[in-house]
Amino acid sequence: MLRKGHIFKWYIGIFLVFLYAPAILLPVFAFNDSSIVSFPLKGFTTKWFAVLQTNETLHVAVGNSLMIAVTTALFSTLFGVLAARASTRFVFPARRSIMGFIMLPMVLPEIIIGVSLLVVIIQMGFELSLWSIILGHILICTPFCIAILSSAFMNLDQSLEEASFDLGQTRWNTFWLVIIPLVMPGIVASLLIAFTISLDEFIIAFFLAGTEPTLPVYIWGQLRFPAKLPSLMALGTILLVLSISLLLVADYFRRRGIRKTGIENTGGFL
Amino acid sequence: MTQPIIQLSGLDKFYGNFQALSQVDLDIKTGEFFSLLGPSGCGKTTLLRSIAGFETPSAGSLYIDGQSMDGVPANKRPTNMVFQSYAIFPHMSVAENVAYGLKARKLPKAEIKTRVTDAIAMVGLQGFGERASHGLSGGQRQRVALARALVLKPRVLLLDEPLSALDKKLREQMQSELRQLQRAVGITFVLVTHDQEEALTMSDRIAVMFDGTIAQVATPQDLYGQPCSRRVANFIGMMNFLDAKILSTSGETVDVDVQSFGKLTLPLGQATGGLEGCDAVGVRPEMLTILTGSQTAEREIEAVVSEVFYYGDMTYYDVRLPFKEESVTITMRNTAGRSILGVGEKARVGWSASSLLLLK
Repeated sequence: MLRKGHIFKWYIGIFLVFLYAPAILLPVFAFNDSSIVSFPLKGFTTKWFAVLQTNETLHVAVGNSLMIAVTTALFSTLFGVLAARASTRFVFPARRSIMGFIMLPMVLPEIIIGVSLLVVIIQMGFELSLWSIILGHILICTPFCIAILSSAFMNLDQSLEEASFDLGQTRWNTFWLVIIPLVMPGIVASLLIAFTISLDEFIIAFFLAGTEPTLPVYIWGQLRFPAKLPSLMALGTILLVLSISLLLVADYFRRRGIRKTGIENTGGFL
Repeated sequence: MTQPIIQLSGLDKFYGNFQALSQVDLDIKTGEFFSLLGPSGCGKTTLLRSIAGFETPSAGSLYIDGQSMDGVPANKRPTNMVFQSYAIFPHMSVAENVAYGLKARKLPKAEIKTRVTDAIAMVGLQGFGERASHGLSGGQRQRVALARALVLKPRVLLLDEPLSALDKKLREQMQSELRQLQRAVGITFVLVTHDQEEALTMSDRIAVMFDGTIAQVATPQDLYGQPCSRRVANFIGMMNFLDAKILSTSGETVDVDVQSFGKLTLPLGQATGGLEGCDAVGVRPEMLTILTGSQTAEREIEAVVSEVFYYGDMTYYDVRLPFKEESVTITMRNTAGRSILGVGEKARVGWSASSLLLLK
């Protein structure tokens, strides 16, 4: 038994190292005063961050990515709310198969979605633009949003809705006064996950980018120039810190929501 | 006599092939405390939800306060409901919960405020208005649910097993509070319960339901004293049944052969559910006595004690009657000086013909 436990500990240790060591290397080399990314480390510098500040193309790419991620998050969550509400509350013909097809993009290889969307958009005579990327991202994000929101809607006691209706409120107001506030933690989680997925999605963005690259596509393009590598490390460090803070903020709101309402919810990450 | 507040006739409800309600006819009087009592799955909740407007009956008519409720949605009906789970809005304070229905009616702010304060006081929650509703105990949640419904002054308050989630002590306390509240506000209460004791202690009248149909509607005393069938008698309290055969009827009396008690002539009124199909006589355990010493009764029979259950204030005896060895239960109050019989002892059982019911 003792040896078994020992092996298990080693397994966990090695697993965690593989998981996080590469991410820790980002900040290490971001502050390393050398244009070559290798050990031994030279001195401490912040010049790679200064390089980022003056890079116009990078700023455009970041702007594109943010715009795409925010739009995608809003639309996917909206579709997610509609689908989750419909599938948990109403019984309609072929409900299971319809929901199955909506969820399919979650497991479909992104390259297939990317290629097929590219063909369709070009065949229909549309220009590739940020909107074509948004279209692709909504397609892959919506299933995740539905999955998160379905559990939020399912945890909702149906008698709350009936009580509101019974007390003389209309269905429309019931939706805004009772249902939406109670599934809000789920909506926040859904916005967040769609934003995150869209922000670092590469394949679809690469196929559908046209002339305006997103951040991941820009980074991939820069990897050809070894001299740019340290500044990319700096960029990665910023993204790492930002996404961790975003996650913490979202979880703070989620926990506060649970405290406030006392209801069960499963939309969180931490 | 005033018009009934709720009139149901020929109400049917089907879920696919399953018939949840079958030809329900019922009048509920204005201002009474009415209970729908039955085992789970008997259709009592479906009936309540049909009155509330959450279920649409498949056939039949439903009138509330003389108005047909055909096509009237739940938010337009003069009824309010206390849900089994209480359905307190968890993201609102106690006062916001109580004010919810008044806000939906778009009443002036000042009026809402006074009515909410009054309603909260009425259910004994003074000072709880600003409390978050999710931290409340079961009994407090129940009071909030009551205040939230009663503040709207509905014509009928519907209660869906409101006490089933409370522990025994609190349940008994809430039973008497609910009864007092109902008398104070004078609103018609319709309570769904599967607890016969609850129905008996609280109601003015009770409808007993089995398999989607109403078996009997009566006051608690009549329901207990004159159940219309073995099934009702068995559901309300305890009842001993003895095989019986109708020999003949003549005018106001009926001749019966009860094997264990012999041949009897009973008034027709003791066949509470009608004569047809009667094959047993029923007698409540407390209507039989075990005679001691020189005590006598209208009729007596020798029996043997087969089981004794001691409950402190009461003792329950199972005794075997001669002839077909039919067993009956007898409850005796443990008064001073009365000794408890042991298993296997002989007992003189006293009974009277007037306490027998002829049942189907």
